[in-house]
Amino acid sequence: MKPATIAAEPDFYHEKKGLPGIFGWIFSTDHKRIGILYLVTIISFFLVGTTIGVLMRLEMLNPENTIVTAQTYNTFFTLHGIIMIFLVLIPVFPAVFGNFFLPLMIGAKDVFFPRLNLLSWWLFIAGGTLALVSLFLPGGAPDTGWTFYVPYSIRSNTNIIPALMAAFILGFSSILTGLNFITTIHRMRAPGMSWFKMPLFAWSLYATGWVQVLATPVIGITLLLVTIERLFGVGIFDPTLGGDPVLYQHLFWMYSHPAVYIIILPAMGVVSDIIPVFARRTIFGYKFIAYSSIAIASVGSLVWAHHMFTVGMSNTGMFMFSLLTFLVAIPSAIKVFNWVATLYKGSIEPEVPLLFMLAFIVQFSIGGLTGLMLGALSVNIHVTDTYFVVGHFHYVMFGGTGFALFGALHYWFPKMFGRMYNKRPAFYGWLFMTVGFNVLYFPMLIMGYLGMPRRYYHYLPQYELLQRIATVGSWVMVIGILLLLANLIISLKRGKKAPANPWGGKTLEWSVSSPPPTENFHEIPVVSTGPYDYSEYERTVPEAK
Amino acid sequence: MKAVVIEHRHRDDVGSRMGLWLFLFSELILFGGMFIIYAVYRFKHPLEFRLAAEELDPFIGTVNTIILLTSSLTVAMSITAVQEGRKNLSLALLGVTFILAVVFLVNKYFEWSHKISLGIYPQSPDLINKPPGEILYFGLYYVMTGLHALHVIIGMAVLAVMGVYVAQGKINQHSYVRLEAGGLYWHLVDIIWIFLFPLFYLIQ
Repeated sequence: MKPATIAAEPDFYHEKKGLPGIFGWIFSTDHKRIGILYLVTIISFFLVGTTIGVLMRLEMLNPENTIVTAQTYNTFFTLHGIIMIFLVLIPVFPAVFGNFFLPLMIGAKDVFFPRLNLLSWWLFIAGGTLALVSLFLPGGAPDTGWTFYVPYSIRSNTNIIPALMAAFILGFSSILTGLNFITTIHRMRAPGMSWFKMPLFAWSLYATGWVQVLATPVIGITLLLVTIERLFGVGIFDPTLGGDPVLYQHLFWMYSHPAVYIIILPAMGVVSDIIPVFARRTIFGYKFIAYSSIAIASVGSLVWAHHMFTVGMSNTGMFMFSLLTFLVAIPSAIKVFNWVATLYKGSIEPEVPLLFMLAFIVQFSIGGLTGLMLGALSVNIHVTDTYFVVGHFHYVMFGGTGFALFGALHYWFPKMFGRMYNKRPAFYGWLFMTVGFNVLYFPMLIMGYLGMPRRYYHYLPQYELLQRIATVGSWVMVIGILLLLANLIISLKRGKKAPANPWGGKTLEWSVSSPPPTENFHEIPVVSTGPYDYSEYERTVPEAK
Repeated sequence: MKAVVIEHRHRDDVGSRMGLWLFLFSELILFGGMFIIYAVYRFKHPLEFRLAAEELDPFIGTVNTIILLTSSLTVAMSITAVQEGRKNLSLALLGVTFILAVVFLVNKYFEWSHKISLGIYPQSPDLINKPPGEILYFGLYYVMTGLHALHVIIGMAVLAVMGVYVAQGKINQHSYVRLEAGGLYWHLVDIIWIFLFPLFYLIQ
């Protein structure tokens, strides 16, 4: 593939046309600048969320009080949840990497609605600010858990309304991003890029976009109703006036379970894009991976009540939701098998992005299989609301999406910033993070199975050893995270200049210079091959023996 | 057809319409959440919902339905007028649409204040002593018609902006996708009302 841009063209960081200084960023409609804006804000929120998480683990060092009171612990797990889910995990892949790379990957100059794109960042900032404001207003930080379950969220005297409005606004931002990407993928693919020549990350963003557009409004209206309930007492969710709290839970999970797929689908797309590059092999089962994204998005929208098996549902209802939960595992497993099959007989280069992908596969599998245990009715009754649930979703959310985030950051860092990162610290960062992660969360699965309830700030002495192991794990993991981020920040200035295609990737973003020019492509490229055409390597392998 | 002035910027009306339809889907699902709540509570308290519904006046509801349906017609006509290059007619029709929306809201205002004067509003002493089904019915009535009225106001703002664009000539014979978008949004406001009307006023 020939480079589609002229080398002398200035990159998008040095565009002189726009407004000066910071205004050239916060009012820019360039998808790459918006992607960087999201990256900076989301990493900041990630660090806040991580700090709260570490403090929670520190509290669990001793069976009795360690550093905080019960009320503070309640606000900690609430804020950790709100920040990590609404401000980090849900937006991170679509808004950061989707924004930056979707147009580049499909050979477009921008997204379809650039101004809407900027608006969605502004809404994101408004929502994030509101979430932070809820911490400091008199009344105290919210203490309901990120789920805002009624009736407690109606009665709690803490700042619930700002937090609810924050989630509402963030949802709106997410809808606009999803809408933008669906339209972009339909209308702006380069000539020759048929649906099945699209990179799999684009496919996963497409499936995610539909979930964003169709599921998010449900939580919007639900959180709005809780706000109205607090303000006017209309009774819709208030049991003293005839309202039904279980109905709230249904509506909440009607969005919040599909939200899990907003979180994990694009991460799976990134894995599907990175593995072929470092295995030097065409992806195994392209169409299966593409269709399985759609299958996960559609079946995954019908499983929400598996979060509520203990609220008292009809047996038929429980049976159906359990069955559908098992069905979602099939397309997820298809992806895992395809990734492993892609690695098989590949010419593997164990660069840091690939290491993150390998950790993803293992950890996501643990998270997925424990999810199946939770989806089984009998086991669910035993482990519901225990550390088993906490361990399970951290294995999926952090062990999956979180690791994919760091993998993607290292994979695309040269393209986004035009510099290479230092490989040795990155490797050790990965090692600490992976070891720390598993030391932190695996004991949670065991403790949960033994009966340790979630969200308690004291515990019985029999859990002391495992709790302490987990806390030590959190320290190891944080060392890894800080090492990785510090290395990247230092590499921004000191890293070697990155070539256009340092990894030998075949997708279109690697055909432009690093960092890309403002207009992306001097001429819109014409696509003739698939996104993972490594046939030249595959042919040479037998000769190399 | 006459030669279209070629703009520098990339223009794709099909894509613009697609984006708007996606937005309309998400708006529909926003109300869909409310309709689910309505269905569940109606199923739980059929008798009390029926009793409470007798408090509403189907006449005002019918008048408002006719007003909104007419306004959808005028906005559709306004788009056709722009397509035929009749700018003033289009502006006049948009104006009629806007006025009809105002009339709808005025009706709604009188309807709400009548209810409130009868002591039926959230947390009122009269309502709080009624059976739960009636409290829920009126809770839903205020929230759903209120949210719909909010959408009417948003729709009016959109139409007003479109009116300015038509007057300035930014929306014209060759480029009218924005007016179509505004019109589609207005039809959404209309169709939600078409479902609210029978649910609250007609089913007895």
